[in-house]
Amino acid sequence: MATTSVKQLPKTEMILPGTRSCAGCGLMLTYRHALKALDEGKTIVAVPASCMTVLHGVYPITPVKVVCINNPFAATGAAASGIVAGLKATGKSDYTVVAFAGDGGTYDIGIQALSGALERGVNFIYICYDNEGYMNTGTQRSSASPLGAVTSTTPILSKLQHKKDMIRIVEAHDLPYIATGSPAFPFDLFDKVKYAKDVLGSRYIEVHAPCPPGWGFPNKDLVKMGKLAVESGIHVLFEIREGRFSLTSRSLAMAKKGRKMNVSDYIKGQTRFKKISGAHLAQLQEFTDKKWNESLERHFRDNP
Amino acid sequence: MSKNSTPIRTVSTPAEGEAGKTGDWRSQTPKIDHEKCSQKDSCLLCWLYCPDGVISATFPLEINLTYCKGCGICAEECPRKAIEMVDDK
Ligand SMILES: Cc1ncc(C[n+]2csc(CCOP(=O)(O)OP(=O)(O)O)c2C)c(N)n1
Ligand code: SF4
Ligand code: SF4
Ligand code: SF4
Repeated sequence: MATTSVKQLPKTEMILPGTRSCAGCGLMLTYRHALKALDEGKTIVAVPASCMTVLHGVYPITPVKVVCINNPFAATGAAASGIVAGLKATGKSDYTVVAFAGDGGTYDIGIQALSGALERGVNFIYICYDNEGYMNTGTQRSSASPLGAVTSTTPILSKLQHKKDMIRIVEAHDLPYIATGSPAFPFDLFDKVKYAKDVLGSRYIEVHAPCPPGWGFPNKDLVKMGKLAVESGIHVLFEIREGRFSLTSRSLAMAKKGRKMNVSDYIKGQTRFKKISGAHLAQLQEFTDKKWNESLERHFRDNP
Repeated sequence: MSKNSTPIRTVSTPAEGEAGKTGDWRSQTPKIDHEKCSQKDSCLLCWLYCPDGVISATFPLEINLTYCKGCGICAEECPRKAIEMVDDK
């Protein structure tokens, strides 16, 4: 049953207060609700070098109540595979293994290990929190950064390429469950992680996680930015269960009532787009429209 | 030389304040007007959206100011404008 009220969410926090993540961090809000959907004593998390490692803290203490294994930047898929194999060898069948990596660790450096794990059908959930850059090391561009964004490695012309279509790459592995999420829509995010928990095989969830310092917007606007991303069609909320594509949450409502926001509404509150040219803005809008129309087509084809 | 038989263990233990008292980071502090707050657990949007999970889920609401980072999301998202961000001196 879908979560429709705050009352339905577990009140126990799996992350103790006083973490190292920035004020107003989209990753924090994502992780907070994702962990609520998992079992405290029966979850093992694999985390590569990223803002997530920083969140997990410095030895000998950690704010996070679930067991976490820190792995090298490129190795998340492999590390998670090893944990799954170890659990199998010791006869522990009631654990959920969850890899939690940034977009740099997923789209770029971790893609080989991830593809390997997905191809083997390793029984785990891979969650990519996409803050659209290498934020932990100072906002370098990744292949998930959007066209027109200024990053510390695209400071003059801003980024010249569109975001990579990671979902299509992941889908090529024929997974039983793929979904997107946003911390601005916590019920949808919670439900997807909860659903994924009980699916067998490799599951992939990609969360669009706004980052105030990296994107250049005030901390207080985190939820607004997450909502605008969805409402403008920049980030589409959907799930693909055994190949069947369905829009969810606000994206589903937009499929019925129409899309009212455009890309310029989304980018205007973010300083990373301060240099975007008219031509780039038009390209970003076109790119967004194309993806949105493809999503609509797929949704109505699979849900007649 | 005696053989060291103690295994090296690098497992962290969960605790509050891993990064210290993060309330020190604030330049603004959320103040709740309990009269304006709906006091209904069907709302709790402040609790829902606080990234750091420092707002109580029970009424009257309490904010753990030792760790609240002062992001202002709770004030921004409250539908009744019951939370105000007040400048710290
Ligand atoms: C092999 C290797 N190269 C570089 C680094 C340095 N490094 C640590 S975290 C990081 C950025 C991670 O970016 P991303 O995966 O997007 O996560 P985010 O920091 O944005 O959360 C980099 C480059 C490293 N730890 N290992
Ligand atoms: S840099 Fe961005 S993603 Fe990283 S902790 Fe800060 S707000 Fe979160
Ligand atoms: S969001 Fe506002 S009205 Fe709702 S519980 Fe919080 S303070 Fe009260
Ligand atoms: S200011 Fe931010 S950290 Fe503090 S209670 Fe409000 S939402 Fe939570």
